[in-house]
Amino acid sequence: MKKSKKKIINSRVFRVLTARKSVVVCMIILAILIFAAIFAPLVSPYDPYKQNLKNMLQHVSLQHLFGTDAMGRDVLSRIIYGGRVSFTVGLVSVLIAGSIGMILGLIAGMSGGVIDAVIMRIMDAMMSVPMIIMALFLGSIFGKGLGNICLAIGISMVPSYARLTRGQVLSIKESDYVTAGTLFGASNIKNAITHIFPNSVSPNIVLMTMNLGNAILNEAALSFLGMGINPPTASWGGMVNDGYKYMTSNPVIAIAPGAFIMIVVLCFNMVGDALRDALDPKLRGTFGRKHKLVGKVDVKKN
Amino acid sequence: MNNKLARMIIRRIGQSIIVLLIVTLMVFLLMQLVPGDPIANFLGANATPEQIEHYNKLFGFDQPVMVQYWKWLIGLFHGEMGRSVALQKDISEVIFQRLGITLSIVIPAFVFAVVLGIILGITAAKNRGTAIDSVISFFANIGMSMPMFWFGLILILIFALKLHILPTSGFVSIKDGGISGYFSHLLLPMLVLAAGPLAQFTRQTRSSMLEVIRQDYVTTAKAKGLGKREITFKHQLRNALIPIITVMGVTLGGMIGGTVLVESIFVVPGLGNLMITSIKGRDFMVVEDGVLVIAIAVAICNLIVDILYGVIDPRIRND
Repeated sequence: MKKSKKKIINSRVFRVLTARKSVVVCMIILAILIFAAIFAPLVSPYDPYKQNLKNMLQHVSLQHLFGTDAMGRDVLSRIIYGGRVSFTVGLVSVLIAGSIGMILGLIAGMSGGVIDAVIMRIMDAMMSVPMIIMALFLGSIFGKGLGNICLAIGISMVPSYARLTRGQVLSIKESDYVTAGTLFGASNIKNAITHIFPNSVSPNIVLMTMNLGNAILNEAALSFLGMGINPPTASWGGMVNDGYKYMTSNPVIAIAPGAFIMIVVLCFNMVGDALRDALDPKLRGTFGRKHKLVGKVDVKKN
Repeated sequence: MNNKLARMIIRRIGQSIIVLLIVTLMVFLLMQLVPGDPIANFLGANATPEQIEHYNKLFGFDQPVMVQYWKWLIGLFHGEMGRSVALQKDISEVIFQRLGITLSIVIPAFVFAVVLGIILGITAAKNRGTAIDSVISFFANIGMSMPMFWFGLILILIFALKLHILPTSGFVSIKDGGISGYFSHLLLPMLVLAAGPLAQFTRQTRSSMLEVIRQDYVTTAKAKGLGKREITFKHQLRNALIPIITVMGVTLGGMIGGTVLVESIFVVPGLGNLMITSIKGRDFMVVEDGVLVIAIAVAICNLIVDILYGVIDPRIRND
């Protein structure tokens, strides 16, 4: 047990990830917020759906840390539950985008020729339409609701993964170990699965962590425009939209959820950056190591 | 012009046209999948079946899908975009008027983001590790993570509601409001739109400059005794420019998408707003034409980016 723990702590990836304090702080913040989202029913002080019109539009107080909204619902509770929506959409849409994109990229890269050209032109076409508009479209087709939004946002993010994977596949295809595989009788498909795919995964993972923030922003934007997750479900974007009307009297209703969006996206971006640095082979070396001497110097000798 | 460069440009234009054709097909087919009917929406709940059928015939919606598509495509080549059901106007008239308004926000925002971003990025790179670098990098990170509608909200709160300097929303043309009216309505939307791209340009410039600074040709230049400014601009920035130009291309596309949000927040009657109302109102033709116009704009930007690559880096012309 001790040996494997030491191995993880000494591994380059871990060292790079924990090298900067700011990144560690971000990871802790994310952990806390994700924990709160998962255990929302336990953590949240009030029921986010319970309306109490006598209590509406209360200002920040000890009982309601962020006040109440127009229907008397506690804003803090709605923020905690809204976190569920944001994290779920972020994670699921990125996973959808990654899986579909990687498969398409793999097929395009391995097939070459017409199939490659067709797939890539379709990806180019999708990239010509700004993501929000694409997501708006797809949202209109699939309808509202959490799963549909994940699908809409996920599909709109597919092109970058497809392109990335295809590029990876094209360069890995020429590698020696793949040629060796073919010489040993591996068919194209077997080569693809055992050699090419695993080696093309890591840039995709980096792209996924960096896209998480984007996905959350897109969901918030869609909810803000009224085309995403709608009330009474608590979603951060939707809360900002609702809060707009009370800008002058009770700005906290809109500012608080927006601030949380920013914090979560910021943390994901910083961790994504660190992850990218960690997985970048060009940065091999003394990253994060402290004063490691080349050889062991025994000062006491003499 | 260089022969190779010319050939590369022609090839890229050809590719763009193919991609645009695919966009038209894709948008058309997707809109067919959207539930809802523009005629029914427009006429309302009291419409009789005869009325619906009459309007369907008028707009040509009763014909088979591929026929509609073909007619639309042919029409486009003649410069006709069809009529909007909801607005009862020619679509081309509506789109180009709104495009003008959208561009009057996007272009200044873009220029602002590029110029300031490059300056901040160079400053951060040159002062790496110091407080200046930390502050710039911190704000760049925040700028990339902020939801636009939230930033807009905060700016409105501060400038319009508390300080009363700027209007909260709307759009005023130079004719109606004069230069100051035009600018005061433009400033907040422009800032909100530019925030994210500004952050991205700063980050990208900073990281490109950092990479370039360490290169041999910089040491050579210093050994030759070249002045600081000459080194910074002639050698470092030029080489750092390529990834920055990539970001420029991507960002401009993103900004056009961002106007959807900005126009919604500040109630600006631009193309983005038109897209939202038309998607909600199931006004198919408007959406199809609008998306096509947007895609053409994005394609032109990408083309310019690729041409710039070819001009700046002679190695790329062989591609």
